[in-house]
Formats: sequence, C-alpha cells, structure tokens
Amino acid sequence: MMSDQSSSPLLAVENLRTVFHFADGAYPAIDSLSFELRAGEVLGLVGESGSGKSVAGFSLIGLVDAPGEIVSGEVRFKGRDLRKLSDEELRRVRGKSVSMIFQDPLTTLNPVLTIGEQMMEAISEHETVDPAAARQRCIDTLTKVGITSPQTRVDQFPHELSGGMRQRVAIATALLNQPELIIADEPTTALDVTIQGQILAEMQTLQKETGTALIWITHDLGVVSELADRIAVMYAGGIVEIGQVDDVLDSPRHPYTLGLLNSVPGDTPRGEALRQIEGAAPSLTARPLGCPFHPRCFRASDLCRTEEPPLAEAGDHSWRCHHPLDPEKTP
Amino acid sequence: MLLFTLQRMLQSIAVLLAVSVAVFLAVYAVGDPVELLVNPEATQLEREAMVSRLGLDQPVWMQYFTFLSNAVQGDMGTSFVHAEPALQLILSRMPATFELVFLAMLVASIIGIPLGLYVGLKEENRIARAIMTGSIFGYSIPSFWKGMVLILFFAVWLQWLPASGRGETVSVFGIPFSFLTVDGLRHLAMPVINLAIPNIALITRLTAAGASEARMQDYVKFARAKGVREKRIVRRHILRNILIPIITVLGVEFGSLIAFSTITETVFAWPGMGKLLITSIYQLDRPVVVAYVMLVTFIFVVVNLLVDFTYALLDPRVSLSERMS
Repeated sequence: MMSDQSSSPLLAVENLRTVFHFADGAYPAIDSLSFELRAGEVLGLVGESGSGKSVAGFSLIGLVDAPGEIVSGEVRFKGRDLRKLSDEELRRVRGKSVSMIFQDPLTTLNPVLTIGEQMMEAISEHETVDPAAARQRCIDTLTKVGITSPQTRVDQFPHELSGGMRQRVAIATALLNQPELIIADEPTTALDVTIQGQILAEMQTLQKETGTALIWITHDLGVVSELADRIAVMYAGGIVEIGQVDDVLDSPRHPYTLGLLNSVPGDTPRGEALRQIEGAAPSLTARPLGCPFHPRCFRASDLCRTEEPPLAEAGDHSWRCHHPLDPEKTP
Repeated sequence: MLLFTLQRMLQSIAVLLAVSVAVFLAVYAVGDPVELLVNPEATQLEREAMVSRLGLDQPVWMQYFTFLSNAVQGDMGTSFVHAEPALQLILSRMPATFELVFLAMLVASIIGIPLGLYVGLKEENRIARAIMTGSIFGYSIPSFWKGMVLILFFAVWLQWLPASGRGETVSVFGIPFSFLTVDGLRHLAMPVINLAIPNIALITRLTAAGASEARMQDYVKFARAKGVREKRIVRRHILRNILIPIITVLGVEFGSLIAFSTITETVFAWPGMGKLLITSIYQLDRPVVVAYVMLVTFIFVVVNLLVDFTYALLDPRVSLSERMS
C-alpha cells in the first residue's frame, strides 16, 4: 500500500482520553491513545471485549453518548483537529470525509425507512443534489458492494433484506461520498462465517479500488492479517503494541500480543487443550496500577506492578512493555 | 387486505352482538320505566295499556329480539322521555361531542409530543423533571374537580371565559359548530382544556419514553455517523418510530373520550352526547341508554380498525394479511 513516510499523516491521534461517568466517578475507557494513519492505509485495531477499541473508533468522530465523554486529546484529520470543530463543522465531516460501519447490521438501519431514503440522506445532507441523480448514485454503489437487483432493493425496507445484505447496504452507505477514511467497528462479527468471508473480500477489493484509508476494529486476528497494513493491539484503553502486520504477527514484542496469537484456535495441535490468556480483561472500574496487563502476564515483575511501561520503538514497530519478548526467539 | 377487512368486520359484528346482549340485560335489571312514565293518577287499565304498548309485557328474550331486529334496521327504539327516535336524539348531540373531543386530542398532541420530545431527547434536567412530575398530576387529578377549578378561576374570578354552553354556532352542511366563531371558541376553551390535560400528560410520558429509548438506538447513531442533521434525525428517524405507540393510544383515547366525556360535558353544561347519557340514566330512559352504549361500541370498533390500518401505514414490518394468522 501507500506508505509514503514523508507526507503528513491523514489522521493523527494524540493522547485521546474518553471517560465514562458513573455514580462514583469518571473511569477512562480509553486513555492516552495515540497513533497515526496515512492516506489509503488499512489499520487493524485489535483487542478483547472491553479493551476500548469500539469506544476508540467512536471517539475519533465525536460519537460518544452519555455517560461517556471525550475529555482530552487531539484527533487531527488532514491537519484539522476534529475535537476543536463546532457541532455543525463536525457533522459535515461525518459521512462525508470520514464514515463508519457498525457491528450489527440488524440494528444499524432504521426499520421504518426505505433503504433508498436512508442512503440518499447521506448524500443530501452534504450536498444539493437532484433526487434522481442521488438515487442513481445509491443504485450504483449498491451494485458495487454486490447487491443484486439494486433498483428493487432501494425501495425495500430493512426487514426485507438478510443480515449480510443489510451490512452491504451499510457499507454502500459509507462509500457514497467517497470518504478518505472509513472506520469499521467489527463489521463482520455479527455475520455468518461464509458471509463474513464474502464481505471481507469485498471490502478488500473496494478499499484497493477507492484508496480509502480504513480502520478495521476487530477481535479477530485472522481477519486483520488478511486485510491490514498495520496492526494496533489495544489493552485496557491503550495501544500496547503497534506496527506493520508482519512485524507484529511474526515477532510480537508484547506478551499480550503473543497471548492473542496463541489463542487463535487453528494453531493448536489436534487433541491439545486450546490455549488461552489466563484471567479476564480488567473492567472499566478496576484498572490495575502499573502495566494494566501485569495480573495476567507471565513475565510480570515488581516494576510492572508499580510503573506504567514507556513506549519503546524499533523503526515502525513500537510497544509498551518493561520486559518485551525477544524478536529472535518468538513465536 | 380484503380478507383482513372482511375478517375484522365479522369480529366487529360479534363484538357488537355480545355488547348488545350484555347491555340489554343490564338495563333491563335496573328500574321500572313504567313508574316514571305513567301518570300517577292513571288507572290500572291505562297502566297495562302503556306496558303492552312499550312491549314490556313480553318475555325478556322476546324483547331482546324485537330490539335486535329493529336495531339492525337502524331503529334503536324511541326515547320514553323525548318521544323521539333514540338514535336520532343521540346523533343530534354527536357533533358537539366530536367537536370537543377532536379539539382536545389536537391540543393534547400539539402540546404533548413536543414536551415528550424535550424530556426524552435531553439529558435529565430540572425542566424535564418538572414536566414529568406535572404529568403525574395532569393525569391523576379528577376531571370534575379540575373542571370546577377552571370555572372558579376563569369564569368566576377572572371572568374571562363563559362557564357553560356552546355559545354562538355556525352551521356547516346543516351541522352546528362552535369553533368557527369567537364566542364559540371562548365557550370551547375550558372544556377542551379540561379534556386535554390528562391526554397531554399521557402523550408526554409516552413520547418521552419512546424518544429516550429511540435515541439510544444504533440507527440514530448511524444517522449521526452519516452526518444527518439533528433536526432530521428527530423528525424522520426518532419520531417516525415512536409514532406507532402514540397513534395506538391516541386512537383508544379518542374512543374513550367520545364515550366518556360525560363528566366534562356535565360540568360545563356542554350539550353533547355525554350530557344526554347522564340525563337519560337519571330518567331511566332505557332506549337512549342502550342506543348510546351500542353507538359507543360501534365507534370503538371503527377507531380500532382505523388504528390497525394506520399501523400498517407507519410500520412497514406490519402486513395486515400476515396479522390474520
């Protein structure tokens, strides 16, 4: 892909912090989140449930509902800090230059409005267009994402379409305005495995065709390895390791990344117990001191229990660990 | 669609029949109209002549079937008191009641839906809490008391509004209406507000509950992610979804207001059907009471049918033919 290091990044996130307000205080769902994304690049944002990966995705375009609140940090998109924009300015960015695809296609679409109306509003809220032209653009985009007889589909209601088809509609809607960035929040998780594969292949082709940058949020490392240029591994609200797909998957430095890799069932020899990371991700309200991963880490030391690890880098590959794995020895 | 309509028609007829039996028996059990109608000085012979003229010497079931066969032909009997066909008597009072109820429902929707949206879409604040608390009072304060307090304030103390009657009316297609004249509107104001208050409360709470649920839905968030303006999100995405329960309740409330605006009509001496019913009950005017209940049942049945059709119009997932199974 395009990895022109010299040009300024399309998206630069710096120290983004989103908290959730509960009765007894504010708890950070994401904290000091920082990463960059170049134009046309595909970033896989990977983590367990509760790692804050979805909140991170929504925080980028300011779509966090109460009791959540984005409290600090910068989200520079093409040099403009989205956090400093007015509601109206931010609205004009959403769906136009940055669009989103959600996890559950069954709830993403409004049940009482036609597919056509829900797609056309994504156009008409951003530019003045002739309805007939807008409709044609919807039909063309539906064709592009592999929906058959789109002329009929635009006039149908969501319940008349299968889950896979509805997700295609959502993808088509996200593509309508040729955005420079699409944030996809686990778009295949709710689908059948066969449909997952189809959608994934479709997305891959479309992404290459349009050159849109893509943030693909998922818990599935298999998906990411096929699709992404770079991987960011999230744990307890922050990125613990980020780098090129091959670097991270072939020589992970953070023990958590290694744990995730080992948990992929396909790698376990037949008959052997499936490998897993002991314990569960810390809850929002009970984040451990020091390195958040230390209670589950086989390499944890006293240092890990008291001090948050700093960022360490080797080229494009960086991680936060006091005792990183040796790249020569793993996996 | 045709099948659905037919099936609902049959159901409606069954409901009407069942109600007719119940009402006829209930009314039969209450009081003897002869005592009321006959001149106290009448002879036994005159008395018996009256009883046989009214058909009261026949067995109950005979009386019922006579009533039923007449009713099917549109004859609901003759008022003992007014010596006028009962149905005609009620129908002549209907426009006044309809006018009152229509305006009350209109006022309730126009005020209730925006209030409900305000409460449901905003984070909790003092105004929202005040609205919700107020709605409890609005819904629970009894109609007769509220009516009298309104009269006390606006008619007795402030002397802004007349306390009773319809005021000046204008005939449209031979039907008198009050809302077309200033004087009529002044007469309408208090009874309409009195009827509207509990419904404002109901619609506010319903809209608030619907809106606060709908605004958390993924499709609302997705609309935001598409860059849809907030105004359009509320109008097209949220309101469109919560209109379904609101329409249902509006329908049922419309029916029951027509049937039971009696208290308001009595307090404000509004010459509608409700007032006629109360008078007829006091005077044991059996045919009018029976005709009234049958008519009200009919109105309920029709309103429910209309609500069902509106459902299908508002919610594409509802198909009328599927609902039959």
